[in-house]
This record gives sequence, C-alpha cells and structure tokens, in this order.
Amino acid sequence: MLRQMEGSQAVAETVALCRPEVICAYPISPQTHIVEALSRITRAGRLGTCEYVNVESEFAALSACIGASAAGARTYTATASQGLLYMAEALYNASGLGLPIVMTVANRAIGAPINIWNDHSDSMSQRDSGWIQLYAETNQEAVDLHVQAYALAEELSLPVMVCMDGFVLTHAFERVDLPSQEQVDAFVPAYEPRQVLDPDDPVSIGAMVGPEAFTEVRYLAHARHLEALERIPAVAASFEAAFGRRSGGLVRGYRTEDADTVVLALGSVLGTIKDVIDELRESGEPVGAATLTAFRPFPFAALRALLGCKRHVVVVERAFSTGVGGIVSADVRAALPDAEVRTVVAGLGGRPVTKAALRGLLTAGEPEPLTFLDLDRDLVARELARVRARRRSGPSAENMLRDLAGGG
Amino acid sequence: MPAPRTKFYQVGSFAVGNRLLPPEQRAVQAAPDRGNALTSGHRACRGCGEALGARYAIDAAIRATGGRMIAVNATGCLEVFSTPYPETAWQVSWIHSLFGNAPAVATGVAAALKAKGRTDVRVVGQGGDGGTVDIGFACLSGMFERGDDVLYICYDNQAYMNTGVQRSGATPPAARTATTPVPGGNAFGQGKNAPLIAMAHEIPYVATATVADLRDLEYKVRRAMDFRGARYLHILVPCPLGWVTDACDTIRVARLATESGLFPVFEAEGGEVTGVTRIRRRIPVDDYLRLQSRYAHLFADPPRTDVIARIQASADRNIRRFGLVD
Repeated sequence: MLRQMEGSQAVAETVALCRPEVICAYPISPQTHIVEALSRITRAGRLGTCEYVNVESEFAALSACIGASAAGARTYTATASQGLLYMAEALYNASGLGLPIVMTVANRAIGAPINIWNDHSDSMSQRDSGWIQLYAETNQEAVDLHVQAYALAEELSLPVMVCMDGFVLTHAFERVDLPSQEQVDAFVPAYEPRQVLDPDDPVSIGAMVGPEAFTEVRYLAHARHLEALERIPAVAASFEAAFGRRSGGLVRGYRTEDADTVVLALGSVLGTIKDVIDELRESGEPVGAATLTAFRPFPFAALRALLGCKRHVVVVERAFSTGVGGIVSADVRAALPDAEVRTVVAGLGGRPVTKAALRGLLTAGEPEPLTFLDLDRDLVARELARVRARRRSGPSAENMLRDLAGGG
Repeated sequence: MPAPRTKFYQVGSFAVGNRLLPPEQRAVQAAPDRGNALTSGHRACRGCGEALGARYAIDAAIRATGGRMIAVNATGCLEVFSTPYPETAWQVSWIHSLFGNAPAVATGVAAALKAKGRTDVRVVGQGGDGGTVDIGFACLSGMFERGDDVLYICYDNQAYMNTGVQRSGATPPAARTATTPVPGGNAFGQGKNAPLIAMAHEIPYVATATVADLRDLEYKVRRAMDFRGARYLHILVPCPLGWVTDACDTIRVARLATESGLFPVFEAEGGEVTGVTRIRRRIPVDDYLRLQSRYAHLFADPPRTDVIARIQASADRNIRRFGLVD
C-alpha cells in the first residue's frame, strides 16, 4: 500500500510485519523514532505476545537479543553511532554464535567531536564484526531490505545489519509502498532455529574453543558469508517475484553501459550522484554510477561483472580510515585491479554532498587519489599554525569553531 | 515452605544429619535423582568453592523447577572450567555470551520464554564477583529495576581468580591480590556491597549464603524460585588459589567468614531483611584471617594489629546491623 510516511515509521511498520517476538530498545538519535513507533505498535497489541524490553544500554540491547535469539525468538533492535560502538563486543559475539538477529543502524558519525548527523563511520567501524551489512539507498529500499534481512538471517544463521542514513532517510517523509502482512508472512516463515536453549534437549552454547578448532569455527563464519553472496541476489530475486519491485541484491549500476568513469557510493548519496550523472550525460560525458547494497560480504565477482571493464572508478565514501583513506576503496581496488580507483571522502558528520561539488570533482582534470570533498583547507591551516605557535594551543575542535565564528 | 527448624549440625562436628530427617526434608544432594547439573570431570581447582556452590545452587534450582530451567553464564572461572569443549560439565541448557552481559542475556532468554508462553521454564543467571559487581553491574541493575524474571547468582570469591587473582569491587580490605600487593593490600573504604545494592532495587528476593551451610544455600535457591521477577543470591565461595588456603579448608574458611560476622548470611524480601542466620559461636576475625595467606602480611613481625582491629570493627558492625548474635 502506498503511503507518505517518515522513514523510521516505515521501517517500524515493516519490522512489525516480520513478527518479531522480542524487541530490545535503547534510545539514540537518529534511530529513536523506529523504536518509539515499535513501542506503540507493541503496546497496541498488534504484535501479540511480543516482548518489548526497555534496556539500560546498547550493550544490554544486543545482549538481550542474544539471549532471546538463543532461546528461539525472532529478535530486533536498532541503534546508531556511539551505540553501535558500545555494542561492539556483543556484535562479534552474536555473529560468532550464529544468531540471526536483525538490527537497523541509522548511520551517524562517531565522536569526538560529538556529532549526531549522518555519515557511515559507525557501521564501517564494525566492518569485520561478522554481520551481513546491507545499505539502503531510499526508504523504500530500507523497508524492503528489512523483509529480506529476516529471510537471509534465519536461512544463514547470521545476524544482519540494515544500514540507512540517519536523518537523510530516517527522518525523511517519502512515498513508501508497505507490504501486506500476507506478503511478508509468505516471504518470512516462522523462525526455526538451528540451535535453541531447550530444557527438553539441553545444549551448551558458547563454550571455549582452543587452537584445535578455532580456525575452523571462524572459517565457517567466512563460508557462511560466501554463501550469503549467493543467497543475497537469490532472496532479492524472489522478493521481486513476490512484491513486484527490485530491491536489494549485491550491486547495482546506473547508466554504466558505455561509461568511462563510474562513481560508486553506498546509501542515500547515490540519489544526488545519479542526478549529477544525468546532467553530465546530457553534456556528453561518459559517466555512470554504481552502488553496493551489500558491503559485507563484499561482492567481488558481482562488482567485477558490473565494472570490470571500466577505466576510472571514483568511490565516494562517507567515512575513512585515518592514516589510510578510503575503506570501501580498498575492497573496490581488490575487485577491479585494472581500474584506476580514486577515493573521495565526502559528507562527514552530516555535511551536504552537493551536486556542484560532485560535478566539479568529475569535470576537473585529474583528481587526486584521495580527496576530501569541500575541505576547508584554510581553516585547517590556521589551526595547524596555532598548534605550531604554542604548546598549550587548546582543544582543536573548539578553536576551529571559534575561528569560524570570527573569533580567530 | 520456610526453612526446616531442625538443627542439622551436631554440636562439635559439622556432619549433616540427613539420615535423621524424613525424606522430604533431606538435602537435594541426598536424593539419588538429583540434577547433577555440574558433573564431575570439570577442570576446577582442588577445593574450589565456586564449583561446589554452583552444583548445589543449580541442582536446587533444577529440583525447584522440575528441570524446566535454562542457565546463563558470565565469562569467568565457572565458564572456563566447565566447558572446555568437546567436554561440557553442564546437564542443563546453558549459554555463555560475554563477561559483562550475563544478566542482559538472561533478560533476553526470559523475554523469549514469556513471548512464547513458556513461563514454566525458569532462567538462572550466574557469574563470579567480577562479572557481577564490576563489569556486569549495569546489566544487573537494569535487570533488577525492570523486574525481569531471572534468578541471578553471584559466586563471590572476592577477586578476579580466573585471570590470576586481581582485585575486584568485591575484594575485602587489606587482602593481598596481584594488583593490591603488600604492603597494604586492598584499601579500606572501597568495594561494593552487592546484596544491599540489590535490596535497594526493592526486588522480591535477595539472599546471601555460603558453601559452609549447603542446606541453607539449597533453601535459598528454592525460596528464590517461589517468586517471579528479579531475584539475587550472593554466595561466598572461597578460592584456595586466591585466598591462599589449603584446599581442605574451603568449607571451614567459609564458615569462619560467617561466624566472625564478616559475611552476614541473611535473606530479604522487597528490600526488607526477613531472616538472618545467627552466629552460633562467635569468633574473632583473627581466626578467619590467619587461615588465609592473602592476609599473611597482617600477622608478620610486627603484626598489623591496627588493621586487624579495623577488620574486627567491620565484623562488629555487621553483627549489630543484621542482629547476627542473640
């Protein structure tokens, strides 16, 4: 059913359609609207006996999901930013135990300096946590990915993180086609756990494993991710067959057919990039765009199939690895050894990624291997000068804000 | 059912007089069909108080629930010595997740059982003092205040024994650990009294117990299972390795901890103390401390009578506060 609604509400309604049995909630912007909506849905009795647990931290949220999932319940939680980092230990534990928890990450920057706005530094920091990571381009895709996430998670016994841009998507009102209960029930059958805490059939879960088998147990997690590379497109295909629209999958191209340069990005920034591509195409530039819906597992073969013949790939990244540069770029380079891959770090901490900036980047001669889009180099230079001038130069973030406000 | 009034201990000996009791009053451990939750062959040290306490506690929980229970374990000695896979000593459904999240995992298990209408199955969380009063404390407090239907058991051996005897928030004053070396040992005026903090949450049931009085321990587990909601049981479990005691002295040193007044044994309902185990034969704290080489520096030359006096004062305060002596 087509509705005009906020992204968070749409995700909450969709999660409810997936019939979770335990929801663990802890507030953190910009994820909060999702769990608020789910509390109303649960309280209204729409989720039957679903337990909605208000926990005391994100660490407890995921820990309670671990217990609930191991006891055979379909579980859900949502977080962002610092909350995801506070969960970090439990993230690895959930994936290591093979528990199919689904979690929304409303992508937000990580401090310091504290910043509530959107970028991808939170989920990128948990790249190696063993969770499947899917990135939504639009609110419609966020809705669809949650349905697919439960199907994938429970089939593979792996946790899935659905990443959607904080505020840009979570707080945006858009037209969304919400699936019906019948459709979702048919797509996500009742959860049948591979392992469950059952007094009638006792098992020990979470035992210590030494050098004799640790490698093999860890390798199995890798093997399941490789299996996910097969299952993610298959689930997307059956989703399309059942729901009548394309969503999810591993990678997607946009006007890549005869493109010489392709701009690759994750998440909602692709919308702006597509607009720029359209404009440049009109002026005859051979450019295209591509997105990775799945970042973990990384779709090397699918990306090679899509962009293997391209000469230039520009990766627009909403996070970076200090001292290195691009995070996504490293994998893209490995997938496309013949392409010249450049990294553009853009939109950190909510800074808008504008069409003008992207157009300037793509029409400039030879961009640098690593570019920080719209970086105010003068502001940085003035702070570096202050740091050089005296030992006690004070807190840099505050110095730079004062500088911007005209206080030198 | 209240604790049986029968005196189990014959004066001058510590023999448990099961044979004198009618069968229904006998210890869980005396029954041939006991749960045997933690089977033999695990890797605990000789004289381990925690292994003893855990077996009695979980067997009592099995008896109280008719075997309909799930155990959630924090990282620590109990987890490490019981599950060196492919061996597991546990005869109950058991999960270990992390060091600091056992109460939250237990919350999740209880929530799943409730959602599925399986309220016949009960949940027991368990961990050592580090996992409980330090790293897991936020999760424990959250579980308490929400009133999740979990019995959480802390096996308190008063330090991080699994990692080699480092100080925890439950380490008593003056005790020597690897991170509170002599001279001095652990500081005075620090540490958490987890049972009193649990009571401050006004949860239905809080109790303390020791491995010196296993009938009392069994009773408190059974009593805890009479309630729904968050419950807390704090069991003193001496550690021969960390306390530097003889393995044969585990029960004795636990008994002296209570007889000296240093470890009050009591139970509380809804935040109010409802029962205490009176001290039968009060002893000076010296008798308790001398058995443990973690306090050896107090009895060196010259002895630290001032420190011993401060420890005695805290025992005296417990005795007054809880009415431990008639």
